[in-house]
Amino acid sequence: MSEFLTQSWQFLPILLQGAWLTIQVTVGSLLLSTVLGLVWAAMRVSGVPVLAWISSAIINLLRGIPIIVLLFYIYFVMPDFGITMSALQAGIIGLGIAYSAYQAENFRAGIEAVDRGQLEAAQSMGMGWWLMMRRAVLPQAVKIVLPPYGNTMIMMLKDSSQASTITVAELALQGKLIATSTFQNATVFTLVALLYLIMCVPLILLVRHFEKRGSK
Amino acid sequence: MIEIRSLHKSYGSLQVIKGIDASVAKGEVVCIVGPSGSGKSTILRCINGLESYEGGVIEIDGIKVERKSETIKAIRTEVAMVFQRFNLFPHRTVLENVIEGPVYVKKENRQQAIEHAMQLLESVGLAEKAEAFPSQLSGGQQQRIAIARALAMRPKAILFDEPTSALDPELVGDVLDVMRRLAETGMTMVVVTHEMQFAREVADRVLFIDQGVIVEQGPSADVLNNPQNLRTQDFLRRVLHPM
Repeated sequence: MSEFLTQSWQFLPILLQGAWLTIQVTVGSLLLSTVLGLVWAAMRVSGVPVLAWISSAIINLLRGIPIIVLLFYIYFVMPDFGITMSALQAGIIGLGIAYSAYQAENFRAGIEAVDRGQLEAAQSMGMGWWLMMRRAVLPQAVKIVLPPYGNTMIMMLKDSSQASTITVAELALQGKLIATSTFQNATVFTLVALLYLIMCVPLILLVRHFEKRGSK
Repeated sequence: MIEIRSLHKSYGSLQVIKGIDASVAKGEVVCIVGPSGSGKSTILRCINGLESYEGGVIEIDGIKVERKSETIKAIRTEVAMVFQRFNLFPHRTVLENVIEGPVYVKKENRQQAIEHAMQLLESVGLAEKAEAFPSQLSGGQQQRIAIARALAMRPKAILFDEPTSALDPELVGDVLDVMRRLAETGMTMVVVTHEMQFAREVADRVLFIDQGVIVEQGPSADVLNNPQNLRTQDFLRRVLHPM
């Protein structure tokens, strides 16, 4: 036990640097996926067939491509078209784009779960589409969307480890590097798992809070 | 004020309105009665542009009602609608529900909208509930708020789609009282209802609709007390003497 603590004390600073990168990747890609997901969802429920079709095509395309392939494409292929970026930027953009498809489906489900009578009430008082969404639909949809949104946040936090494949030295990659050089696999990966758990617990509690609030 | 000529409406292959001609004059109260599924609510929804229609014309003060047209929003601000299930916004207080249209659609001054809303809430007997949320109110109270919300738009006419059908029997009276008082102010009203006593007392005219056509129409006393058509007679017998 004392050996574990000694080694932990030695490895922790490097792992915490990795954890900080994990948080950056997660928060950045969460923001991007939220914005893009809202755009795809708005197009899908706009009632304009061409927009709905484009949105549907994008969502299906993104759902059909593994995140890791998307990351490789952005980091290794885009420079061929003159678009270069750091590994961190590529990681955030790749994960953000990939998860925008799932966010869009979350948002769409939330919007469509709002009672049809609410839309009709808004329309019947002369509201246009955007005003109806802003004043009547979205405030109600948010309550429905928050629990699945929280779950997506947790999945994104864990999937941020995929950014390691394009050299983002986040928590999982830092752990792997330490383990490779010290052969202290058990200590290192126990610490890595604990750090992921510590980051996930607040999110799990947040989801539980959303679920409780939603059921009221 | 409201003119309907040769209205036809289908849902897929099912034709629900098969050529309706009707008009509602300013200040008139018209009740539409008839069996379930006869197309009564569909007519109201077409007037408000919530449903499109395939044939015929609906005009409000000479302006054609078309669901996809640019004029539909303006028409809706002048012809308000009260729904069977109230459709109040659950995330807003009673007062916010009532000022929603005036402030965000008609761009009225917020303070003036609040003053008007409080007067309307007073008139429906619910001023003390201004800060409550819809979920804290009974169905009857919610429907009276929905009527206040419709009135807040200062409409030229109000369409009522079975406003008491979702209410427990003991709550129906308060809503009908509010509607009765509204009719006395000269408000143009089109009411789809199963409340025959209300129609008899308040309506200027009654339209009896069955299977998408007007079977009989005329002054309420004539249609409801002395129906000429066999289908009207049969319907009224079943509604007034269900046992």
